[in-house]
Amino acid sequence: MSIDLKTIKHISKLARISVDEQKAEKLAEDLNSIFKFIEKLNKLKTDNVEPLTSVAETTLKLRSDEVKSKDIREQIIKNSPQDNEDYFVVPKVIE
Amino acid sequence: MSKNKSEYLINRKDNQYEVVIGLEVHAQVTSESKLFSTSATKFGAEPNTQVSLVDAAFPGMLPVINEFCVKQAIKTGIGLNAKINNRSVFDRKNYFYADLPQGYQISQFKDPIVGEGKVILDMPEGQKEVGIERLHLEQDAGKSIHDLDPQNTFVDLNRSGVALMEIVSKPDLRSPDEVSVYIKKLRSIMRYLGTCDGNMQEGSLRADVNVSVRTKGSKEFGTRCEIKNVNSIKFMQMAIEYEANRQVDLIEEGKSIDQETRLFDTKKNETRSMRSKEDAHDYRYFPDPDLLPLEVSDEFINKLKNDIPELPDDKKKRFIDEFKLSAYEATILVSDIDTAKYFEEVVAKMGKNRDMKLAVNWITGELFAVLNNKNLEISQSPVSAKNLAILVNLIKNGTISGKIAKTVFELMLDGDKDPQKIVEEKGLKQQSDPKAIEALIDKIINDNREKAIEYKQGKEKLFGFFVGQAMKVSGGKANPQLINEILKKKLQ
Amino acid sequence: MSDITKKSLTELVKNIKEKKLSSEEVTKAFIDRSEKSKELNAYITEDYSSALEKAKKFDQKPNLDLKLPGIPMAVKDLFCTKNIRTTAGSKILNNFVPTYESTVTQNIWNEGAILLGKLNCDEFAMGSSNETSFFGNVQNPIDENLVPGGSSGGSASAVAGQLTPITIGTDTGGSIRQPASFTGTVGLKPTYGSCSRYGIVAFASSLDQAGPMAQNVRDCALLQEIISTYDPKDSTSIDFKRNNYSKELTKNIKDKKIGIPKEYRVEGMPKEIEELWQKGIQYAKDCGAEIVDISLPHTSYALPTYYIVAPAEASSNLARYDGVKYGFRAKGENLIDMYEKTRSEGFGAEVQRRIMIGTYVLSSGYYDAYYLKAQKVRKLIKNDFDEAYKKVDAILTPSTPSSAFKIGEKKDDPVSMYLNDIFTVPVNLAGLPGISIPAGHDTRGYPLGLQIIGKAFDEQNILNIAYAMEEKINFKNKITDWWIK
Repeated sequence: MSIDLKTIKHISKLARISVDEQKAEKLAEDLNSIFKFIEKLNKLKTDNVEPLTSVAETTLKLRSDEVKSKDIREQIIKNSPQDNEDYFVVPKVIE
Repeated sequence: MSKNKSEYLINRKDNQYEVVIGLEVHAQVTSESKLFSTSATKFGAEPNTQVSLVDAAFPGMLPVINEFCVKQAIKTGIGLNAKINNRSVFDRKNYFYADLPQGYQISQFKDPIVGEGKVILDMPEGQKEVGIERLHLEQDAGKSIHDLDPQNTFVDLNRSGVALMEIVSKPDLRSPDEVSVYIKKLRSIMRYLGTCDGNMQEGSLRADVNVSVRTKGSKEFGTRCEIKNVNSIKFMQMAIEYEANRQVDLIEEGKSIDQETRLFDTKKNETRSMRSKEDAHDYRYFPDPDLLPLEVSDEFINKLKNDIPELPDDKKKRFIDEFKLSAYEATILVSDIDTAKYFEEVVAKMGKNRDMKLAVNWITGELFAVLNNKNLEISQSPVSAKNLAILVNLIKNGTISGKIAKTVFELMLDGDKDPQKIVEEKGLKQQSDPKAIEALIDKIINDNREKAIEYKQGKEKLFGFFVGQAMKVSGGKANPQLINEILKKKLQ
Repeated sequence: MSDITKKSLTELVKNIKEKKLSSEEVTKAFIDRSEKSKELNAYITEDYSSALEKAKKFDQKPNLDLKLPGIPMAVKDLFCTKNIRTTAGSKILNNFVPTYESTVTQNIWNEGAILLGKLNCDEFAMGSSNETSFFGNVQNPIDENLVPGGSSGGSASAVAGQLTPITIGTDTGGSIRQPASFTGTVGLKPTYGSCSRYGIVAFASSLDQAGPMAQNVRDCALLQEIISTYDPKDSTSIDFKRNNYSKELTKNIKDKKIGIPKEYRVEGMPKEIEELWQKGIQYAKDCGAEIVDISLPHTSYALPTYYIVAPAEASSNLARYDGVKYGFRAKGENLIDMYEKTRSEGFGAEVQRRIMIGTYVLSSGYYDAYYLKAQKVRKLIKNDFDEAYKKVDAILTPSTPSSAFKIGEKKDDPVSMYLNDIFTVPVNLAGLPGISIPAGHDTRGYPLGLQIIGKAFDEQNILNIAYAMEEKINFKNKITDWWIK
């Protein structure tokens, strides 16, 4: 298997990372060498194995329905790159 | 184009098409705090004032699930006669958008909390069952505001992280009217349960509508299009009609239908393709490693089952059996929980010697008319159930006539006055003393001797004249039944 | 004065409690040494003046019942610290100042410790040499131009170089144990769920754990008992009975069964590592432990599994760095353009590489072949350990397949860099506790570490074994202060 430039570009779109030709070629090279090493897993038969998503052998704890976090707009907005007291501001979204 | 309630057929030269509709309803869970954070969920707050560090996806912030939201989802599942899953899993749905701070939505993909169920619709042609595919819990997104600034989009995260139930129906709906009845029924069930307030103006209830068409009688489904995020029943119906006709036109022209996501433009009344979503969404769902599987025991579920109130279908049945209402009357009275509550309170306050028919007529007649006029919900009714019950009883026991009751009702509207007091204060009590009425009638006959003779000679029409006179003289208070009886006797 | 920084945490605590040293003296000593050690590049953000103030304040009204009374400490810059810039070693968080504190650091301050500053690390903890940091390489105090390991490279360098008496790092695939091994220090990765992840910049949620890094096992045990608390703010935090690890520490490990997994004898492993391992086995025997040969058959699949699971989770965890709410934002013509430029300019090459791998293995058509497959193999790897622990109490392996390497040596070969974590990664995949202790030197005098892996929640046992072996090994780190001119 080999990851081509088209795939790299598709993945970079999904990941919202811009890549130019040169970067795409380097990424393709790196990813191919990494996946060559990952392909080793194909040697294992895992048909009847349950996938493990978490090693924590317990279930979700539930919290009570209480409002605890309030009135922290200043804290929330403080770090945002474009200043506005009330909102986060982003470049125009084109539908 | 032929049209009846349960069927929506589109006729073209040689073909007749039916429309197949499935809905993904997004219902906001009624709760104080959000699904995975402790910020408030109130509607209409100042922008970004109900946003926690978790909602805004600050580094290192983690989701912790709200037990109440889990219970609300399970209760709704019970209300939909659905299977509650003991184990469900939260997945991440990955995509980038300005109002999605985490870069993913926490949802349930493979293992939802609620499985298959069903909802019964009361259609004029009879009952219809609509299958529920699943119900799952997920986070709502924030809001992007595009019209505050020419160059920028503003983002308000107040809604970000609020719990939603996505209720997915099977493709069992066949007409815009059925969709309307289905949404109203879902809304009704959730309002009975207190799990969603169903307020469509505030966006508490919205739907993605899946529409396809096929020639009538065909068993195969056509290619479907999904109309995203429609927030009123009227728009859903308009969108379906437009979309179904568009698809039929394509088929008739020999063109194929693309499976795609579309948007309903409420101004132009048309659906159009959402171009920005075209780069084939790949949501890369995977189990959220910040959360463990959600497990609920049978005991937990059973406890909730015991808390389930009487739901519309059962209530309707009881109203018919116990109160001898017609199916039509019962349907109207149970359709909204507040109406049902009001009615039941009236019934309770009327006591033993109650006139159910009269009560129903007053609620669905006079009261509904007033509410409609004043644009009020029944919960805001200017006349309390208690006072309406007193009024109905006053009619029933002959204290006032139905006609006088209307006058009394008008007076009750101002400050929910006690009708008993109004009757007393205004002296509106019905004249039911036979001696007094006899005296009154004697006087009328005396004053109209010629007419009395004419009547006795056979001009029976004049009976009405005498009744009218009696009512007039008594100021409308004389008991009409007594007037009738005594008049008949005197004019013999 | 310079003697102060040579003291262990335990000694410092004792000295302060006995009023032989003030918090101010101790804090000043570590600040002075840190100031002289800028060449190590261990710090990303210094907070010295406020540390001194806090120390003075502590001395005015010292609460000597605390476990870390007035002890200065620098922490890895992956822990969010209130009002102190937190970067995760990335340009994308270069200007980020949290308004909140991570649970683990809060636990430390609650016991009286004082923040010195934030320590360098690989960007988003992705790296094994600290070379991926936006804030530059970290030097290993052992030798010039030697990597300290990673991702907790700044932390390891700061402890080994005595810029902080102790520190905390995070470990997703070996990020505490490997740098500990490279710098001749002790590093513990606790059981998954032992330390809260709340407020720690996430790399791979199902693998990340915070843990202590120290000069010796006792210090490590003390810090572990402070940072490990059940935290309702982290849904994966586990409510189990936690020991007073330092109090219950014992060298008596007689009759403990220690497993030696044959699969860790990997191809091409340097002779000195094999010899170190044999020495370790002998030390364990000398301590009274019983050595048992075991098999962990899926060991060689751990690294490929890790390089699917960790990037997959990371690709999603790092989606929040989009230039909208905080951090770096590049100019863009529209929203999507802004996203793509922000993430392309804000993330370094290794982070982008892993986001790409993660996005790919989760994408439609590849999920089953990669992500699901990896989850299944992860199950097999965990089963291996479960089987082994029916026979043994702990497992002894080398910490790394080699000693520290030169800066730049492996930078352009991701796979050879990844191979560094071959002995540590299985432990994260299985969620087990593991500790690396210094056990010897290679021919160049660079330290080598041994790893002791325990059963879940059995930190006390591996700390005890490490404590007993530490005495027998009697390791002396060769620090020449080469960087202090």
